[in-house]
Amino acid sequence: MLRLEKRRQPSQAFAYATPVMAVIATMIFGGLMFAALGKDPVAAIRTIFWDPLFGQHAFYYRPQLLVKGGPLILIAIGLSLGFRAGIWNIGAEGQYILGALGGAGVALAFYPMEGWFIFPLMILGGAIAGCAWAMIPGLLKVRFGTNEILVSLMLVYVAEQLLASMSLGLMKNPQGFGFPGSRNLQQYPSAHNADLIANTGMHWGVAAAFIAVIFAYILLTRHQLGYHIRLTGEAPRAAKFAGVSPARLILFCLGISGALAGLAGMFEVSGPAGQVSIDFNTGYGFTAIIVAFLGRLHPVGILLAGMLMALTYIGGEIAQSSMGLPAAAIQMFQGMLLFFLLAVDVLTSYRLRFGKGEVA
Amino acid sequence: MKLTKRALMTGAAMALGLAATATGAMAQDKTKVGFVYVGPVGDGGWTYEHDKGRQAVEEHFGDQVETVFVESVPEGPDSERVMTQMALDGADLIFTTSFGYMDPTINVAAKFPDVKFEHATGYKTADNVSVYSARFYEGRAVQGTIAGHMTESNIIGYIGSYPIPEVIRGINSAYIHAKKVNPDVQFKIVWAFTWFDPAKEADAAKVLIEQGADVILQHTDSTAPQAAAQAAGNVYTFGQASDMAEYAPKPRISSIIDNWAPYYIARTQAVIDGTWTSTNTWDGIGPGMVGIGEITDAVPAEVKAEALALKDKLASGEYHAFTGPLKKQDGSDWLAEGETADDGTLAGMNFYVEGIEGDIPQ
Repeated sequence: MLRLEKRRQPSQAFAYATPVMAVIATMIFGGLMFAALGKDPVAAIRTIFWDPLFGQHAFYYRPQLLVKGGPLILIAIGLSLGFRAGIWNIGAEGQYILGALGGAGVALAFYPMEGWFIFPLMILGGAIAGCAWAMIPGLLKVRFGTNEILVSLMLVYVAEQLLASMSLGLMKNPQGFGFPGSRNLQQYPSAHNADLIANTGMHWGVAAAFIAVIFAYILLTRHQLGYHIRLTGEAPRAAKFAGVSPARLILFCLGISGALAGLAGMFEVSGPAGQVSIDFNTGYGFTAIIVAFLGRLHPVGILLAGMLMALTYIGGEIAQSSMGLPAAAIQMFQGMLLFFLLAVDVLTSYRLRFGKGEVA
Repeated sequence: MKLTKRALMTGAAMALGLAATATGAMAQDKTKVGFVYVGPVGDGGWTYEHDKGRQAVEEHFGDQVETVFVESVPEGPDSERVMTQMALDGADLIFTTSFGYMDPTINVAAKFPDVKFEHATGYKTADNVSVYSARFYEGRAVQGTIAGHMTESNIIGYIGSYPIPEVIRGINSAYIHAKKVNPDVQFKIVWAFTWFDPAKEADAAKVLIEQGADVILQHTDSTAPQAAAQAAGNVYTFGQASDMAEYAPKPRISSIIDNWAPYYIARTQAVIDGTWTSTNTWDGIGPGMVGIGEITDAVPAEVKAEALALKDKLASGEYHAFTGPLKKQDGSDWLAEGETADDGTLAGMNFYVEGIEGDIPQ
């Protein structure tokens, strides 16, 4: 008989091994699904994981990995701090939208003036807007004990309405023939978040993501605040005795994750996306939750997980057009990744035992 | 067990090898046409009809042409990557089928001057970028005529997607022609802020039915409003983008069908012949880009005859759907007696005509 037995200590080895196992399981079961759809599973898996990195057109896809992975990593880093402390910000998508509106709002207010100070102000605007949006569930939780999961999630839908309103009204391009959407910031040099080196995909948002990884790593390993975050997540009572103020920790975690999500939105709207439009947000804020867990809430893990997720997006698109795989199959494939991660995660804290259990 | 596994592996390897030689050998003479879709091909509306156009291209040209598509592509940087990828993979012609793909199409087209691009419903062109759209408002005129006759409560519900000129044009056209046959008619407009979201569309339909609407027009692509109308009983609807015939003869009493096939075939032919040039196409009922789905027996014969007569007049160009005298909502003059609207005004239409209540969301 097969049964689960709790480990005394969570297994370090399995903590590292489970993401790899999840990826392999996804490849196997995803491959079976592709085969069931009548496609060659080996070719499909190769198209998704190999072609973007080493295929014929890799020169184009490698930079795109940064473009797609950058915002995911930036948002996931912020979320992971809260998740470690048991503070669940599910509304990064909304904070991402607000950050974009804040950043674009600054840019459009200055248009058509040129100046070196505009871009830094946009960064500030994006971070503040995202942070402020996350402060709503934060303050409500601290003051009235509301559930931050629900409040932050609901605020995503509010943010989407605000985005639609801005695209149709206040931020609408006056020269856009009445069509919704703002001016294109790619054509406004002072506000354009261009590639730092042309055609590398390396824009300021990607740089910010890398910086965030380093800071999060230092914070968690070297700083007292990082210790408090970890302690609160692992042993809330002990944290209280150690003098951690829950209210301050909640505000810090929500604030920082909101600010980072806001930054991601701001870098996106001023760079790859270029304009505020009704459908500007494409789910980075939600996908980042998967990235954070896939990366074990560890900064370096998140970096790798973000790139992996970007790979499945880009490879998935290639598989769609070159192999005729339906979009839903690719989404299933991505869903499997999280599913298997959670499933094999059990092995970190439990071990499989064959035969009858000992009598306790 | 071992044998099966090995057989499987060899099979896969062979398929791989075959695929490789196949693409290598035929890449030379085949014309490759790419399609970028905003929704799933099974949406039953907008994307479904574009994909039918793609299938028509495949059928028409057979081995001469290869088509590829990517569905549910978000507007923005993702669409830019998908287009680039198609161009890198050797596409000769790429149709980008949503308004939000406008700037990405222009960006990618600049990088691939030898690839031809066709952007639906936009207004930016380049040497290798054409734009095309359909005069759906002609179909709305026919719809409005039927709706005006069919309503008992004199309240017609309208599910808007986004308040953009395309949609506002449809509302105005439907209202003008409903009013013409029924002066007491009133329009209630709900904005869904989506092109395709069955849940939101169903909610919008229910709200309109509760407010007394017994005819519902929709500018969203799912069949959810049809289902809501069916559940409610005496409510009439029209198919949008696609025929939605599964809800005929009632609640669906007619439809506007987007028929992209002739255009897609003609443009692909132009690429094969080397005669492709950048154009701006805006076709209506006449050239067949806008079709009127069968008007069912739920509609009285004389109403059906009137609607079909209007359709013929629109097709021949004898009558324009926006013919004066018409005033704007604020009471100011727009078109004088007998004057027809110019395409520039229609393309950027951002006002309601006189008589429609409510404001366009800002």
